[in-house]
This record gives sequence, structure tokens and C-alpha cells, in this order.
Amino acid sequence: MIKGLRKPIIMLWECIRMSFANIMSNRIRSFLTVLGILIGVMAVIALITTVSGFSGTLSSSFQSMGAGTLSVSVSGSDLKEGMTTADLDELTLMNEIDGITPNVSLNTRVSRGGSYESAVSISGKNSYYFLRNKDVVSRGRQLNIVDEENSSFVCLINQDMVDAFFFGVDPIGQQILIDGVPFLVVGLISEEGDGSIASLMSGSADILIPYTTGMKMNNTNTVTSFTVYLSEGTDSEGASSAIEEKMDIMFSYEEDCFTITTMSSIEETMESMLSMVSTLLAGIASIALLVGGIGIMNMMLTTVTERTMEIGLKKAVGAVSWQIQMQFLIESFLLSLIGGLLGVVLGLALSFLLCQVMEMTFVISSGAIFLGVGFSAAVGIIFGWAPARKASKLNPIDALRAM
Amino acid sequence: MTDEKAFFQMTNINKSYPMGDEQAHILKNICLSLRRGEYLSVLGPSGSGKSTLMNIIGCLDTASSGEYILQGRRISDLTDGELANLRSQEIGFVFQNSQLLPRLNALKNVELPLIYAGVSPGERKRRATEILCRVGLSDRLHHYPNQLSGGQQQRVAIARALVGNPSILLADEPTGALDQKTGRQVMALFEELNQEGRTIIMITHDMNIAAYAHRVVHIIDGELTEGGDAAHD
Repeated sequence: MIKGLRKPIIMLWECIRMSFANIMSNRIRSFLTVLGILIGVMAVIALITTVSGFSGTLSSSFQSMGAGTLSVSVSGSDLKEGMTTADLDELTLMNEIDGITPNVSLNTRVSRGGSYESAVSISGKNSYYFLRNKDVVSRGRQLNIVDEENSSFVCLINQDMVDAFFFGVDPIGQQILIDGVPFLVVGLISEEGDGSIASLMSGSADILIPYTTGMKMNNTNTVTSFTVYLSEGTDSEGASSAIEEKMDIMFSYEEDCFTITTMSSIEETMESMLSMVSTLLAGIASIALLVGGIGIMNMMLTTVTERTMEIGLKKAVGAVSWQIQMQFLIESFLLSLIGGLLGVVLGLALSFLLCQVMEMTFVISSGAIFLGVGFSAAVGIIFGWAPARKASKLNPIDALRAM
Repeated sequence: MTDEKAFFQMTNINKSYPMGDEQAHILKNICLSLRRGEYLSVLGPSGSGKSTLMNIIGCLDTASSGEYILQGRRISDLTDGELANLRSQEIGFVFQNSQLLPRLNALKNVELPLIYAGVSPGERKRRATEILCRVGLSDRLHHYPNQLSGGQQQRVAIARALVGNPSILLADEPTGALDQKTGRQVMALFEELNQEGRTIIMITHDMNIAAYAHRVVHIIDGELTEGGDAAHD
């Protein structure tokens, strides 16, 4: 058994050694040949690693953001255009729900003295919102239940509004006109924002007012968008279907009246988009691998022609066809493997730099390395096959006559 | 009838190649037998079919018809793999231009046939060194072909042919690329090798070179005629 294996092992080892010697004896040509593979693998690795670092960063920020909340947007039916305050109160009574923040948005003109801003984004909130997002107010007071019940004309403004209207003046206690109606500024919104799904999708509001005031200004008595804060330990999928059931009753089972968005559904959408993008990019990058493979094939065909004498001689001294084929196959395999390994190293270095610049977590993806090395080795074997076959089929007499 | 146990026997060997619409009849009814230890030269002008004959003797090519027995084995029965094995064990080739691999040094060039015979690295080196010393190149083991003279290169090629300890040394115009003096040295080496008991077949178009052999056959237009024993015997 061992004796039977000895000869092939010696052969294989000699093939590898001779191939390596051939590659090294023609360093510049070998390097230029593997450049295609190198660039292809480098691009694939850099793309995969960077995209996976990006999605890692994204999903961790998603998790810190919207854990335990659902976002509901209501399009309404002919009979019922949105949720009334009573509907919201009814939902709030559910076990799964801790509280609800309506989201009444306006886009209107804001002015003070001689200056104005058009199309300022204004959002109506309730007092529960401030209970859950204590960091939203950086100075002054929150909007409270009294403001809400009286639909008072008070507001919180962000730094942009301060810059626009209160240069050198403390805004708190001053008035601004929202759609021509005077509002008292009672506090400032912090830069951080609330980190909710709603603000993630539509950007943070410049001005916060009581939602009841917002409804009045919108001439409506319904809410079309609200955020649900789930009770401690509630599964968001389960809560989502419970709310859906309840709201189906409210909308008399008309279809497409509302959509409930959970954080995980957004994350899934994002991730599938990212993976689509990365697949596309990797697909483009693998064209470089294909081109590199053709380069290797070309070089191997040239080599076979150049080394006709060597092939003939080896056959004359006892080499069998498969040994010749093996030698050339190993040579192209080694060539592209070297290119692949260099590509992996450079690709990782490149993506490390990219992650540093873009402030993302750098994760070495073993899958990407495996893919890069495996792909280049496969390219070597596939594109080396034809030249190796050509070499092995050379008639020793013709090969020797070429001398 | 052919002798199944024969060392070297060719009976009615024919070889033809398709050439356009016709068959070119290169070898015609070649009959040749050889005893162990003989020194034969095949003399013929170019185009006489001597290269084709050499390829058939060297098991690089097979005959169209006829029977060739080498070391008691019928060549036409063998597969490509068995032919390769037979070449590595029974035939040592010496070509006109020594045909050394330029990227390997003398030692590695001589080791080449042993690699395909599956000999271990240590044993290869020992045997290659021994045979290179035998042909007088003990101080040139690690030289590359381009660092060797033509005569030295041909000695390396002869060492490579001998290293597998073949039954026949098959030389194709072994002095063709050498000047007269170096040619004579190579011939002297052949003579010594024959004295040691090796069988040599030398193919040449040069009468002077052919005369070094102990037996000369002529090949003209694919037909072989016995030229009688030269000089010795």
C-alpha cells in the first residue's frame, strides 16, 4: 500500500517543485499574468468585507434604536380616514402596549420678525413621547398633558430654528409664528433626536408641538401615523399581529387601511438590499477574475508552445501523458493560487482602510477569504486544463523534432 | 518466426504515413536483430527513414505492421503507459542537440528520468552523481547547460541516457552538433561504454562516425541492408 503510494507522491512533489521553479524563473511574466487574478480577488474580498462591515454597523445601530417599538401608518378608508383619539386610547389599553405616541406632521411656513423659513417640518407629539424620550429636550420644559388637553400653542425648536430666528437672543419665552399663529417657545430639542423608526425614515422634525394642536392646524380629528411602545418583554411580531387584529375591527376589515412596521422588518429589507448590492458588486468584480483566468490560459498556452522540447524530452525519458498534464495543471493552479493569496491579503488591507475611514467595524469574513482563494484556485484549474491537455497530447516525436 | 524471448528483434516492420491522398511508405519490411552488448550503427542519408526507425526502436512510435520484440516484450501489445515505462527502463536516448533543460543544472538534468521512474530524491542524487563522474564531469555537477561546452553538454545528455541503466543506448546523430575533436571524444566514450557491455544503437548520416560501430546497417529509401561488420570482429 505504502509502496504503491510512494511513486505518485514523489511525482506530485516533483511536479510542484518544477512548477514553482518555472514560475520563479520568469518572475515578471508570472507577476503580470497573476495580476488579473490578484485584482479580481482583491476587489471581491474588499467588497464583501466592506459591505458586511457596513451591514454589521447598520444592524447594531438598528438594534439600539428601535428596540421595542412599532411604527403604524394609516392610509384609511372612505369611511374612516384615520385613528381618533378614542381609537388610540383603546389600543393603549392592550396588554402588549405600554403607550402610544401619535405623529402629526405639518409642513408649513414659520416666521419671526422680518425673517421666515418655508416648509419647516413640524411634528405633533403627546406627553408620553417625552416620557419615553427624556433626552429629546436639551433645555426648557417638555410638552405636558396640560398642553395636550388644551391644544396650547407652545413649541420646542431645534438648533436650526434657533440659528434662523434667534441670533443672539435666548429663544425660550419668545414667540414665533407657525402658519401665522403665534407659538410660545418653551424648550429646545437636542441634536441627538429621538432615534425612532419614524424619524429614521422621514428625518427629525425641526419643531415639536402638542399633537392636539397639530390636528387642529391640519383641520382633522384623526391621526394617520403613530409609534407604539411595547410593554416590557413583549415579542414584536406577536404584538404586531394583535394590533393588526384590533385595527382590522376598527377599520371594519377593509383591506390596505394601514401598515405596521417593526424594526426587524426594516432590518430585513435593508439587509436584503445590502446583500443584493454586494452580490451585484461581487458579480462585477468576478469579471476581473474571468479576465484574469483568460490571461492565465493565454500564458499557459504560450508556455506549452515554448516548452515543446521539454515535453518531448520528458516523454522520451518515461513521462506518461497524465504526468505532463499534471505538471502544467499544477503550474497554472499554483500561479492563480499565488495571485489569489496576494489578492486576499491586499483585499483585506484595502477593506481595513475603508472601514477605518468610514468608521465601521472591520470584520474578517472567513467566507470571503475562502471564496477568494477557492475561486482563484478553480480559475487556475479550469483555465489551465486546456493548455495542460494540449501539452499532454503532444506527440513525443513531433515535440522532439521541434528542437 | 520471431523469438518470444529475444533481446531485440524486428520482423517485417512497415511504417506508412498518410500524405495527402496517398500513403507514404517510410519503412519497408525492416528485419533487424541484435544481441546484448552489440554496437550497431544505422547509416543513411536524410529522408531515408532512419529517424522513423529510431522512433520505433525507441518506442516513441509504433509500427504500422510487423513485429518488434524488446526484452521479450511485444511492443505492439503495450499501452501508452506501458510504453512510457519501457522507455524509462530499457532505452536511453541521446539526441543531436543534447536537449538539456536550461533551467536545471547538470545533476537535475540527469535525475530527470529517475523522477518518472519514481526513485526517491536521495537515491536519485547518488546515482546521478555517480554517472556524471563516470562520464568525466565530476567537477561540473552544479553547472547549468549554458555554462557548459558543447562536448560537456553532450556528456551530460549521455549521463542522462545512462542513469536509468537501460538495456539499449539509442543515439541520434550524437556528434552532429560537435566539432571533430569533441566528436572523437564522445565516440571514445561510446567505445568505453560498449566495452563495459552496453548495447548501443547509433543513427547517423556520417560514414566516418558510423565506422566507430562494430556493425553497420544501411538504410536507403526505407529499406535496410546489412553493411557487414566494420573494422572489428
